[in-house]
Amino acid sequence: MVLQAWIEVACILVATAVAASAVAPWLAAVFRVDADGGAANRCESWLEQLERPVLRLAGAWPVQEMTAGTYAAAILVFHAVGFGLLLAVLRLQPLLPWNPDQLPAVPWLIAINTAASFTTNTNWQSYGGETTLAPISQSLGLTVQNFVSAASGLCVLAVLVRGLVRRDSGTVGNFWRDLVRCTLGLLLPLAILLGLVLASQGVVQTFGTHLEVTPLDPSIAPDGTEPPPQRIVIGPVASQVAIKQLGTNGGGYFNANGAHPFENPTPLTNLLEIVAMLVIPMASCLAFGRWVGDRRQGRALLAAMSVLFLPFLLLIVRCETQPNPQLAATVPAVDQSPSRDHEGGSMEGKEVRFGPASSALFAVATTATSCGAVNAMHDSFSPLGGLVAMWMIQLGEVVFGGVGTGLAGLLAYTLVAVFVAGLMVGRSPEFLGKKIEAREMKMGMVVLLVPPIATLLGTAAACMMPSESAAAPNPGPHGFSELLYAFSSAANNNGSAFGGLTATSGFWTLALATAMLASRLLTMLPLVAIGGSLAAKRTVAESAGTLPTHTPLFVLLVAGAVILVGALSFVPALALGPLAESLQPVASAAGGGP
Amino acid sequence: MTSPANDRPAPGFAASVVAQLFPACAVLAVLTVVTGIVYPVAMTVAIQAAFPGPASGNQVQDAAGVVRGSRLIGQQFGGPRWFHGRPSGTGNGPYDPTASGGTNLGPTNPALATAVRERAEALARDNPAQSAAIPIDLVTASGSGLDPHVSPAAALLQVPRVAAARNLDEQAVRRLVEQHVEPALLGVFGRPRVNVLELNLALERLSRGPEQSSAN
Repeated sequence: MVLQAWIEVACILVATAVAASAVAPWLAAVFRVDADGGAANRCESWLEQLERPVLRLAGAWPVQEMTAGTYAAAILVFHAVGFGLLLAVLRLQPLLPWNPDQLPAVPWLIAINTAASFTTNTNWQSYGGETTLAPISQSLGLTVQNFVSAASGLCVLAVLVRGLVRRDSGTVGNFWRDLVRCTLGLLLPLAILLGLVLASQGVVQTFGTHLEVTPLDPSIAPDGTEPPPQRIVIGPVASQVAIKQLGTNGGGYFNANGAHPFENPTPLTNLLEIVAMLVIPMASCLAFGRWVGDRRQGRALLAAMSVLFLPFLLLIVRCETQPNPQLAATVPAVDQSPSRDHEGGSMEGKEVRFGPASSALFAVATTATSCGAVNAMHDSFSPLGGLVAMWMIQLGEVVFGGVGTGLAGLLAYTLVAVFVAGLMVGRSPEFLGKKIEAREMKMGMVVLLVPPIATLLGTAAACMMPSESAAAPNPGPHGFSELLYAFSSAANNNGSAFGGLTATSGFWTLALATAMLASRLLTMLPLVAIGGSLAAKRTVAESAGTLPTHTPLFVLLVAGAVILVGALSFVPALALGPLAESLQPVASAAGGGP
Repeated sequence: MTSPANDRPAPGFAASVVAQLFPACAVLAVLTVVTGIVYPVAMTVAIQAAFPGPASGNQVQDAAGVVRGSRLIGQQFGGPRWFHGRPSGTGNGPYDPTASGGTNLGPTNPALATAVRERAEALARDNPAQSAAIPIDLVTASGSGLDPHVSPAAALLQVPRVAAARNLDEQAVRRLVEQHVEPALLGVFGRPRVNVLELNLALERLSRGPEQSSAN
C-alpha cells in the first residue's frame, strides 16, 4: 500500500514532465522574443489572426514596441483597471443577470480583499464561494482575472527573456500583444481542453445553481419530522476550475476548493489538476532554452527547481502517510497504519478517494507553484508536513512558481548567483553574455526581499494585536503557524491557507490585500526594469573566464541561493511555529481522566 | 522606478500611464467578453450536450425514481440501519453542501484527539460485534466535509450492525459491500473506496427484495 502510494506519486510526476515537454514548443512560439520580428513561423500567422482584431479595437495596432518604462506602466494600469472592474462586479452583483439566488453585494472588506487577491494571481479566499458569489461574479469577475493575471505573469517573463536575447535594444516588446496572445493563444485552448476532460469525470458545469433533494435517511430529522432537504450547490464549475489550475490561480468555486467532490471528483481529475498546476511553470523553463538558443540553459533552470522540489516532496509524503502520534497515544483503538482495506496515515482534512500520499503531492505542488488550490486542508497536516507547504511558499514561489513569475523570480536568483560567483573568482559577472551590474542587482534585491519583509512584518503586526491574533483558532504554536501561513501566502501570491484562520476583520482583509498588491507589483515592475536594462546592453563574447551556467555546479549554486535566502529569512519564524509544534511532547493518554 | 515624470527625459512614467489607460480598458473589455462570458457559456452548452449526467451533478435516484442526492456528495446517516460515512465539519450541521470545508483542527490540538476518541467510543458502542481496530478515516472529518466515500475497512466494520438491524444475512450484506468497492484507477491512482450513498441505496433494494418475497 505504501509502495503503491510512491508509485502513484512517481507516475504523476512523469505525466507532468511529458505534458510540459509537449507545451514547451507551443509556449516558445507564443512569445516572439527577438527585436526585429524574425522569420514568421506558421504559429505566428495564426496568432496574428487572433490578436489583430483585439489590438485594433484597443488602438494598439499596428503593434509598437515599448520601452521598459512604458511596459511597466501598462502592467500597472492593467492591474488597476482589472482591480476596479472586479470590485465593481462584486459590489454590483445583485444588479447583474445570472444571479438566480439573488445574492446581495459582497461586503466592502471581502470585496476589496478578493479583488486584490484575484488581480494579483494570489486567489486567497476570504469569500465562501457557495454563499457569497453568484455565477455571474464567478464567471465575469473571477474567471477573467484567472486568465489575465496568469497571462501578465508570462508577459514579465517574456520581458526578462527579451532583455537577455536582444542587444543594444531600447524596447522589450508590447504588453498588449503579449497579453492577448498568451490569453487567447495559450491559456484559453488549454483551459477548454482541460475543462472538457474534467467535466466528463463529474466536475459540474451547468446554468443551474442548486439541487434540492430529500436525504435517504429520514431518521436524521430532529424529532420524527420530514428531514430538511439537502441543498446541493452547482454551477459553471469546470470552466473555472480548469483555468484556476492552469493559471496557478487557485481560487475555488467552492469554499473547500479542490477537496470538494464537484471540483475534483476522481483520482483522474486529481492527477490532471496536479499536472495542470505544474505544466506551464515547467514548460517555461524548457521554452527558455528555446528562446535563448541553448536548450541546456532551460534544462539547468528546470534542474535547479527540481533539486529544491524533490526533497520536500519526499518529506511531506512521508509525514502525511505516517500515523498522527497524538492520536496513536490517546486513542489506541484507532488503526492508522495502512492495510489492504484502508489507507491509514493522517486523514483529518483529507479525502478517502485521494488518500494521504497524493494529498501531500497536491499540497507541495500547489505551494511550490503559487497556485494555492488545495485538495486537503493544510491546517490539519502533520507539523512537518505543514512546514513543507509553508516553506515552499516562503522560498518566494520560484520552485516552479507562478505562471511566468516563477521562472522570472528564479532568473532574479540566477543573477544573484552569477554575481556572487563572479565576486568569488574575481571576474565581472555575466549571464548569457550580458554583464550583470549594479542596477540589475539593486532591482533583483527588491524582487528577493519584498515578499519576506511583507510576510514577517505582517505576521509580527498580527501577533502584537491580541484581538487580531485571536483569529487563529488552534492553540499553541499551531496558532502562530496559522498567522505566519496567512501572510506567507499573501505576500508570495500563493493563496492557500491554514484555513482555520478567520481572516475577515478589517485588519486581516486589508493587511493581506496590501501584502498581495505590494509583493505582486514590487516584484513584477523591478523584473521589467531588469529586462529593460539588460536589453540595452551589448553581448560580451564568451571567454575562458566565463562561468558556464548549464552545469550541475551552477544548478547547485542557484538552488543554494534560494535556500539561503529562504532559510535566513524564515527559519526563526518556522522554529516558533511548525518546528516547535513537531517537538511538542505527545500528550500522555489523557484518556478518561482521573 | 515608479517616480513621477519630472526627472525623466523620455515620455515619462505618468504620461505613459495616461497613454495606456485606453488600451487597458479596451483589452480588458474584450478579454472579459471572451473569457468571462463566451468561454463559460460555450463550455456549459458543449458540456451539457456531451456529458449531461456528470455536468448536472451525477444525480442518483431511489427505487421509485426520485432523485435522492448526488453520488459525489455525501449525506448524513444515523441509526443502526444505515452505513455511516465520515464525520463532517461543514458549516450548518454535517454534510451541508452550502458551506463545504474541514474542521481545520491542528494535528496536535487536544480538541482533535478528544473528538476522535469520542467518535471511536461511539463506534465501539454501536458496533459491539466487531473486534477489528477502527480505520482512521471513519473517525476523522474530510477536507470538503462532503466526502462521499469511506475505506472498504470502514464499511466492512459496520456490516454486522447493519445486517442485524435489517434482519439480513450478514454474508449478503458483506457481498454487497464488496461489490461496491471502487478500485484504484489502473491499480495506481487513488485509493480503494466505497460510496456510502450508493451502498445504502443498494441496501434498501436488498432489504426490500427478500422481505417482499418472504411475505408472499
